[in-house]
Amino acid sequence: MTVLATPLRWLRAGWTTFKRPSAHLGIGFLTLGGFLAGVIWWGGFNTALEATNREAFCIGCHEMRENVYAELQSTIHFTNRSGVRATCPDCHVPHNWTDKIARKMQASKEVWGKIFGTIDTPEKFAAHRLTLASNEWARMKANNSLECRNCHSVESMDITKQGARAAAAHQTFLFTGQNTCIDCHKGIAHRLPDMKDVPAWNKPPQSAARPDGAGAAAPH
Amino acid sequence: MRRILLLALAAALPCLAMAADRPAYTGAPVPEVQPAAPIAKETTDDKRRSRNYPDQPPVIPHAIRDYQLDLNANKCLTCHGRENTEASQAPMISITHFQDREGQTLGAVSPRRYFCTQCHVPQSDARPRIDNLFQDVDRTIRNAQPTEQRK
Repeated sequence: MTVLATPLRWLRAGWTTFKRPSAHLGIGFLTLGGFLAGVIWWGGFNTALEATNREAFCIGCHEMRENVYAELQSTIHFTNRSGVRATCPDCHVPHNWTDKIARKMQASKEVWGKIFGTIDTPEKFAAHRLTLASNEWARMKANNSLECRNCHSVESMDITKQGARAAAAHQTFLFTGQNTCIDCHKGIAHRLPDMKDVPAWNKPPQSAARPDGAGAAAPH
Repeated sequence: MRRILLLALAAALPCLAMAADRPAYTGAPVPEVQPAAPIAKETTDDKRRSRNYPDQPPVIPHAIRDYQLDLNANKCLTCHGRENTEASQAPMISITHFQDREGQTLGAVSPRRYFCTQCHVPQSDARPRIDNLFQDVDRTIRNAQPTEQRK
């Protein structure tokens, strides 16, 4: 009890101050001032949030700049005929505000990893690549590849403009909802980890679900 | 001084003679910078091409940009591997790919056949710089026969 005595006293003092009417400041000042302070705080918060949501921020750390960002640069999501580029947060941070905040809170663990150098050498990065990739695959599987669909929608996909193989696969697996983008399109923006033990890599569900484990990835 | 000039001229003469002997590729003088030809279009129509000779590695009639092919992953085998062809309807890799160099058939693709693009390559609509006079064996045999026997 004695341990709690001091904090309790502070709490009580704080509550007394909180509920006492203002003696010197007018209600207009407090209302308008509170409103303005709120605007400034909210604006500042979102500005800071957006500042951490830029590619320049992501590749400010060598872990990202020299591994995943370097790998991205040869892929179609970086350079292509139409000149549209996907930057890190386009795929790795949800665009919806509440989901974005949730992801940012998760990312505090990545700050921990940065401080303790979990992936600060190419060897350490390679050792963690499967874990890191699996996290992203699980996230995209759970949200039905939401970040893909921010740009690539089923509604605007003209399969007559696609190759025969792509059109067939999209009709069979995507349009029916049997599979989501990430089920087949793994490793399109970064190098893949060792896929030996990744079940059902690039497999439609019926073969992946076979009890004999025939969904195993490419033989080695 | 005059001797040096003469020597330099003598040294330059064979070079001038060689300039006439320039490569036939572009037909342009060698030191001139030529504008690059447009990049040829990839062949991506998914149609199988006939082979020019029986043991020619089949060519790839689709895009393979960013297909990962290394120790970690083999993107080709996710469609062309034995257990995946039902879903993909792609041709299975040949059984010869399961054999090691002693001719022993293994359970899966042999390490020496793992790197597909060592032999199999995508195609484009690029015109050959020099016409290829290759004829397949059937045509060669037919052409070797006396005219009256030809069909």
